[in-house]
Amino acid sequence: MIKYILRRLLVMIPVLLGVVFIIFTINYFSPGDPALIILGSEATQAQIDQLHADLGLDLPFFVQFFNYIKGIVTHLDLGTSYITKTEVRSDILARFPSTFKLAILSTALATLIGIPLGVIAATKQTTLFDYASTFLALIGASMPSFWLGLMLIILFSLNLGLLPASGLATWRHWILPTVAISVVPIANITRTTRSSMLEVIRQDYIRTARSKGLKERKIITKHALANAIIPVITIIGILLAFTMGGLIVLETVFSVPGMGTLMKKAISYKDYPTIQGCVLFIALIMSVMNLLIDILYAFIDPRIKSQYVKRNPKNSSKKIENRGDNDD
Amino acid sequence: MIDNCQMKKMNQSKEVWQRLRKNKLTILGLILALLLVFSAIFAPFICRYEYEDQDLRNAFQYPSFKHLLGTDNYGRDIFTRIIYGGRTSLLIALIAVSLGLIVGGLLGAFAAYYGGIFENVIMRGLDIVMAIPSLLLAVAISAALGVGMLNCAIAIGIATVPMFARVIRASALSIKDQEYIEAAHACGVGNVKIIFKHVIPNSLAPIIVQGTLKIGEAILQIASLSFIGLGVQPPTPEWGSMLAFGREFIRDFWPIVTFPGIAIMITLIVFNVLGDGLRDALDPRLKQ
Repeated sequence: MIKYILRRLLVMIPVLLGVVFIIFTINYFSPGDPALIILGSEATQAQIDQLHADLGLDLPFFVQFFNYIKGIVTHLDLGTSYITKTEVRSDILARFPSTFKLAILSTALATLIGIPLGVIAATKQTTLFDYASTFLALIGASMPSFWLGLMLIILFSLNLGLLPASGLATWRHWILPTVAISVVPIANITRTTRSSMLEVIRQDYIRTARSKGLKERKIITKHALANAIIPVITIIGILLAFTMGGLIVLETVFSVPGMGTLMKKAISYKDYPTIQGCVLFIALIMSVMNLLIDILYAFIDPRIKSQYVKRNPKNSSKKIENRGDNDD
Repeated sequence: MIDNCQMKKMNQSKEVWQRLRKNKLTILGLILALLLVFSAIFAPFICRYEYEDQDLRNAFQYPSFKHLLGTDNYGRDIFTRIIYGGRTSLLIALIAVSLGLIVGGLLGAFAAYYGGIFENVIMRGLDIVMAIPSLLLAVAISAALGVGMLNCAIAIGIATVPMFARVIRASALSIKDQEYIEAAHACGVGNVKIIFKHVIPNSLAPIIVQGTLKIGEAILQIASLSFIGLGVQPPTPEWGSMLAFGREFIRDFWPIVTFPGIAIMITLIVFNVLGDGLRDALDPRLKQ
């Protein structure tokens, strides 16, 4: 198991280097001279050349790329913001906790609501409850979270005056953004749980459990759900990435002091080091989260666990690859 | 021989159509999707106003027979702007998905067909792209390329490449070992021709399904990008930017931020329903 985790951590390194390369390349070839952004349009050519030399922008592409990587690896340096002149790293570290908490909170909420809803819908298939939850899940999955945020503000802040609409000062401030961002995950988890449960419920071992005279409740929670949960965990991983992306947009609605508002400001000022740093940082966090989810898999599903403990490393790595490919 | 082939093809599409017809929700989705496309194409004939017609004396009108969904802060008809916004969104989504499909599809098909190091390099490269959440990647590309419809389409299109490549590779892998490919080889047909004539046409089912679902997702991403100031810029009407500029007036005038969002939602529901229905109809194995 530890060997597997180590191997996954090693695989993460080239992936992250690749991510750095992609994001760096995108920004490198973007039109617009950073020196002009910093100095303004009235700068003289001498000033521009001086700044190019200071920032290392006159160096060839690969040297610049190497320097950027070196900065990250040696002292976690993500560069300096063009606009505020502060370190991108400290900007991100100051903003990240709010975004991360919102993402985790909403995913947890979605799991707590979505799984029971899906299980009930599957056990009561073709009843009114099933149709209603399927219908609601369809609508929920298609709802833009930033728009839902605006609607919640109109209803709960402006008309009813119950909840605050901006910032994250008290726990009451967290309610609306969390609800707005969790509706899509709730809908998706409900749908996935329902279809996965429906598949499992028809299996022979469920019939065996029934004929043993087990209580229906126990059959559902212990035998059916335990097997139906695997695809749900996959979708939770995907949804977490989706939620992080969605938060970038949603945060501006609620003026949350998080990564989204940081990025939005950076975008409007063409502050590339900040944009670059934010995307990298989120990609890093997503890779770690995906690793954790993959490890969780192995703990939950003994069938998957047994693949990793195989003696022949060549064989087992092939299996891991295949499993990854079947995801889509 | 040709007659046989054509008959088989006809039977196949007939079968798919029959499966599709059984699902009433999918048919509803299909009709609504066609209606959306229709309204996008014939927008000038549907709307009584021009989308940039300002009428400041009639700003902030609530919905009425004169203005079906009311007017915005410049007195522009919201209904007209939503219909034209759909035109913008659908056009960008179509370009984005086509771009993702062509690039991703070719990468996936060639990777599956040639295999080996070539496949490994392509697929691992795409894994790297997939490590970045797709909206975030679209934001990064869009921020670098700058605003505008085409740039928005390119940003979103690139972000969908890995998904299409994986889907098409998966189905191409299963086709690659079929006997008719072997037969084509034996007849001396070239590799590239086999890919275009046999591998890609036979992977059409998953392509259609994913393409439909991706159009919905692309529309959401376009709206998201425009909402944070990337993507489409005013005065071009687009749902996300309508929401962004309507936000200012959220306190006093609800229609300006309500209807564009409903438009996005309906469009997403339609494409999700249609995509799910097509999957059930085109790939009966999944349904069992």
